[in-house]
Amino acid sequence: MNLDTVIFIVSAVVAVFGATMMIAQRNPVASVLYLILSLVAQAVCYVQLSALFLGAILVVVYAGAIMVLFLFVIMLLNLRGSEDLGQPPKALSRFTKYTIGILMTLELVFIIKGAPLKAMATGLIGKAPDGFGSVEQVARLMFTDYLYPFELTGVLLLIAVVGAVVVAKSRKPGDPEETQTEETAGTNTNEAGS
Amino acid sequence: MSEYLSVLIFAVTGAAIVLFTFFISKLIRPHNPYPEKGVTYECAEDAIGDSWIRFNPRFYIFALIFVIFDVEVIFLFPWAVAFGELGLFALVEMVIFILILFFGLFYAWKKGVLKWV
Amino acid sequence: MLEIIIIGTLKVIAVVVVVLTCCAYSTLLERKVLAYMQHRLGPIYAGPWGLMQPIADGIKLMFKEDIVPDRSERLMFMLAPIVSFIPALLVFAVVPFSSDFSMFGYEIKGVLSDLNIGVLYIFAITSLSVYGLVLAGWSSGSKYSLLGGIRSSAQMISYELSYGLSIVGVILFANTLSMTEIVNQQASFWDMFIFRQPLAFLLFLTCGIAETNRLPFDLPECESELAAGYHTEYSSMRFATFFVAEYGYMLAVSSVATTLFLGGWQGPFLPPVIWFLIKVFGFMFFYIWLRATFPRFRYDQLMAFGWKVLFPLALANTMGTALWVLLTDSVN
Repeated sequence: MNLDTVIFIVSAVVAVFGATMMIAQRNPVASVLYLILSLVAQAVCYVQLSALFLGAILVVVYAGAIMVLFLFVIMLLNLRGSEDLGQPPKALSRFTKYTIGILMTLELVFIIKGAPLKAMATGLIGKAPDGFGSVEQVARLMFTDYLYPFELTGVLLLIAVVGAVVVAKSRKPGDPEETQTEETAGTNTNEAGS
Repeated sequence: MSEYLSVLIFAVTGAAIVLFTFFISKLIRPHNPYPEKGVTYECAEDAIGDSWIRFNPRFYIFALIFVIFDVEVIFLFPWAVAFGELGLFALVEMVIFILILFFGLFYAWKKGVLKWV
Repeated sequence: MLEIIIIGTLKVIAVVVVVLTCCAYSTLLERKVLAYMQHRLGPIYAGPWGLMQPIADGIKLMFKEDIVPDRSERLMFMLAPIVSFIPALLVFAVVPFSSDFSMFGYEIKGVLSDLNIGVLYIFAITSLSVYGLVLAGWSSGSKYSLLGGIRSSAQMISYELSYGLSIVGVILFANTLSMTEIVNQQASFWDMFIFRQPLAFLLFLTCGIAETNRLPFDLPECESELAAGYHTEYSSMRFATFFVAEYGYMLAVSSVATTLFLGGWQGPFLPPVIWFLIKVFGFMFFYIWLRATFPRFRYDQLMAFGWKVLFPLALANTMGTALWVLLTDSVN
């Protein structure tokens, strides 16, 4: 067993452990932390597959930006694991949940069965060509062959900005909800920078 | 690959050193808690209300806009690396991309979302 | 293979020790420089010129009781200092501190790991540095800490964009993401990227100060209204770790700025390592100088400055630089 295999196994185990702990936690902030752990471990796996740019993006955008957003939402709603989780789910939603779960498990089994596991473990899979997955190559592809998807991403992000602004603006300063927030926060809302 | 390995070793060593100092400190420091010590600091007054106060939802909006522009910035990195060989065409593409997003920023700006009052 | 790992591990330990020592002595430098700027003497009792002061502080903090408040989230409260410290340290993995040299018959590289995505790696690590402060603020169970943590995260993400964009300006010239390669391209004095990217340099410096929560952007821990913000409740070694992490971030930003804009270890006469340290501590001096000079921003000013001034400016700089590169290329 060579070193690469060891690193792969460790990071894969950490990734799965993080993902499992994330859904097993009652405290949502702890969930976010485990998800970050899982994402960083996945980034290590990406780097091992010489997908450097993807690994970096995973850390910057997912672990660094989207998780901050998650944390803000959790802290904004003041969820601390002691919340009442509400009514137990209805029969229909439980049925959908389990069906989707079983389908995804089946899919996973087929994927794993189809993968050349033995070759992977012994490192028999051919080496990637030089510069494969490098930032330069990603750039060359992104700005030539995949030009339109790239520009469409821009439009998509624009729509996201507009959506965020609309969400922000739908709550006017005089809204009862806003004033209530101010009241519960007491004098400290001023500190928060309002 | 050994380059990435040394980054891993580096991270592990750093964590080990911090944990080691924690451990040493645990051996030599006193441990004498009493109720007053565990009280939250609030200028020597008793803390009023819950510590986890609700804060301004504006923070959330900024985080949302940040995520969007972070994606834009990360796309600029490969573009800058390959710019030498891609040339004018890439510049035009990127200007279009940035103008689209800058329009978003401008919209947020004009709608007063970026204002912190 | 074993040999490589042993050399690598030794190098890692050497770098960690040097970085930690630099952090410790940065605190002394800060206190001394601030003291002289305010007509005081600063620490003088521990050793000549107070040179033993950081060690004395360290020992003192080790002997202090570690208080965990009753209302805190225990586990995360204990974890936060480490989460804050590791990213600060990790930046140094890709910073070239010297040219390649040979020692005991081995050729040793002047950088821990010459990643070919070095700059992107730094951007990634910087984006993770938010969590230590947020966690500390959230888990402390104190209003001051929570406000400090939230303020710092909003501030750091707002300035992170311009931080990244100012680096892109340099990459446009360098056409590489490898830190070593970037240093090699700045061999002579006028090749330093500060002359080709002056605006990006200023942007990087400003955002770096905001990212490290230093004055005039130190709202997360302003002592007068938040009582040290996110680390109000910390004591003993956990507090010390936050302190080291803060100086570690400052050193990290300084060394990245040195590498990207001031030619890293390049310089005449003196050994490369000395040049590197001189430049880094020049930045550190600048940091402290700012602290002695400027009052603190107001929070709305801070956010407006980040989003409405720095970010558009950084975008314009990037596009302008690209155009400039294109024009000069077509002339040649």
